Amino acid sequence: MTQRITRKQCEPHTVLQEKDRKRKAAMLQRLAQGFRIKVLDILHEKGTGHWGGAASAAELLAALYFDVMNVRPDEPKWPERDRLVVSKGHASCMLYTVLAHRGYFPNAELKTFRQIDSRLQGHPCMLKTPGVEMSTGSLGHGTSVALGMALAARLLGKNYWTYVLLGDGDLNEGQTWEAIMAAAKFKPERLVALIDYNKVQLDGPSDQIMPMDPLPEKLRAFNWNVAPVVYDGHSAAAVLESFDWVKTQRQWPAAVIYKTHKGRGVSFMEDNAHWHGAPIDDATHAKARQELLKTLEELP
Amino acid sequence: MTAAPVAMRDAFGEALLSLAPEFPEMVVLDADVSTSTRTAAYGKRHPDRFFNVGVAEANMVDIAAGMATCGLRPVVNTFALFLTLKAADQVRNIVCYNKLPVILAGNYAGLSDSYDGASHQSILDLAIMRAMPNLTVVVPADEVELCQALTVALRRDGPVYIRICRNPTPVLFADAPPLDIGKIRKLKNGNDLTIAVCGVPTSMAIEAADRLAQRGVAVDLLEVSTIKPIDAEALAVSARKTGKVLTVEEHTIHGGLGSAVAEVLSQRVPARMGMIGIEDKFTESGDYGALLRKYGISVERIESEAMRLLTPER
Repeated sequence: MTQRITRKQCEPHTVLQEKDRKRKAAMLQRLAQGFRIKVLDILHEKGTGHWGGAASAAELLAALYFDVMNVRPDEPKWPERDRLVVSKGHASCMLYTVLAHRGYFPNAELKTFRQIDSRLQGHPCMLKTPGVEMSTGSLGHGTSVALGMALAARLLGKNYWTYVLLGDGDLNEGQTWEAIMAAAKFKPERLVALIDYNKVQLDGPSDQIMPMDPLPEKLRAFNWNVAPVVYDGHSAAAVLESFDWVKTQRQWPAAVIYKTHKGRGVSFMEDNAHWHGAPIDDATHAKARQELLKTLEELP
Repeated sequence: MTAAPVAMRDAFGEALLSLAPEFPEMVVLDADVSTSTRTAAYGKRHPDRFFNVGVAEANMVDIAAGMATCGLRPVVNTFALFLTLKAADQVRNIVCYNKLPVILAGNYAGLSDSYDGASHQSILDLAIMRAMPNLTVVVPADEVELCQALTVALRRDGPVYIRICRNPTPVLFADAPPLDIGKIRKLKNGNDLTIAVCGVPTSMAIEAADRLAQRGVAVDLLEVSTIKPIDAEALAVSARKTGKVLTVEEHTIHGGLGSAVAEVLSQRVPARMGMIGIEDKFTESGDYGALLRKYGISVERIESEAMRLLTPER
């Protein structure tokens, strides 16, 4: 029997109401770790899905939906909402877990992940899942789509923010760089690229498969406003700080790079390309869950 | 019946300008060929609603998709070959999968980019676009149908691919009822042979049918401006009547109009068929008319293929 996550450790709605910054960061940290456990359980039960990139984005997605973004889960198509395009669509299980806990659809639906007739497709589908802004999966689309959304805000006189969450694979795609060039030409306000820079892709370490460094310099050379520091993408406090930087910018487009770890939270899965998308067997699940839970219990 | 020839691309550029006031949500995107596609005039008049993304077709289609999710009505423009090949993933996984109202204007289609040669000649765009779920595929036969297709597409819910010829072509439908997306236009009524045609070869099919009439052959002439969804009912009715169907297109015969007609008829009204179009090969540079003739798209070829189909099989 797997141990249940207690309500105290992971109560989504108290996070939304919390005003104190330090307490909020601590709550987001616990929330993200709870999401990891949920995702691990789903991937194990279904025997399919991507652990590495999902675990990598836990704190970022938790912070976006439980602090940063102005959204209405009961009105997912509210025209003024902030948009997030999850270009690294293989993080779908984490995205769905965050959306469900935020109230877009029942948590119970998470167990239908990747199954026949489910609204929760293997990769995000905007027509099926409330809260999904763009169908992704084929890498490289997100930055272009987000640019289109941000340009639409300008033309329609709206003030929403458009975020795009990118992974290493996205950065390999030529289209991403086409979009990076175009965004620097058109300069739409409030367009922000969030880079989940775990430096491991499906086949192995990015430094071996396709090195992207020096990434900040590359983006600056393409006339993007890049955050002066690389933030720790697994510290909720650091992630909140990064959005303090974002919200005070005047020069667009802006990019924030987060140092992350693929498969974060499980020692033997971290930074290991095997766990990009390998099925999780019973023994591995038990061992991994124990680690994740121990960390959760030890969090302040 | 035909007025002076008009280039569809010129008409399209003018239509974008004239429709701008009626469709304030319309935006126009181009990939560094706006002087060729004739969207440059729109860009000059509406600089805030025109986006030249440079030579980056995939990026252009996805930017348009992002805009469409927010209520804008984007019209993306480039050469048909590059739009349908370089942005095929974007058309499928973003525009069509999400049923986004993006108009994909494939210019310089068929052999019409004649002197530029095989690298630019779009003779497989219909095969690719026809395989995209949720996409409406329109092949106007003249500038009148083209402008009507654009106006209708701007009011539709989902994505529409519109095929545009570069060169002046006869104006056929100035005084005809407007193009009805999804419906075949019946140009002649006959019992001997069905000819189904789309796009630029339509004027050739009309002339061939006239010549055949002089030889005592009554052609049921169907102009198939919507390749998808195809008007299966009208095709079936005609094939049931004539039993012989000849298709004519400025496209490879593998996957275009001929294939679409065969898919319908083989399942509903099996008929003897002939297909006029480009064989499974790369084309070449040259004068547009000379190319059409060399690759088998001509009045004479339609006439001779029709007569062959009418000869009883041994």
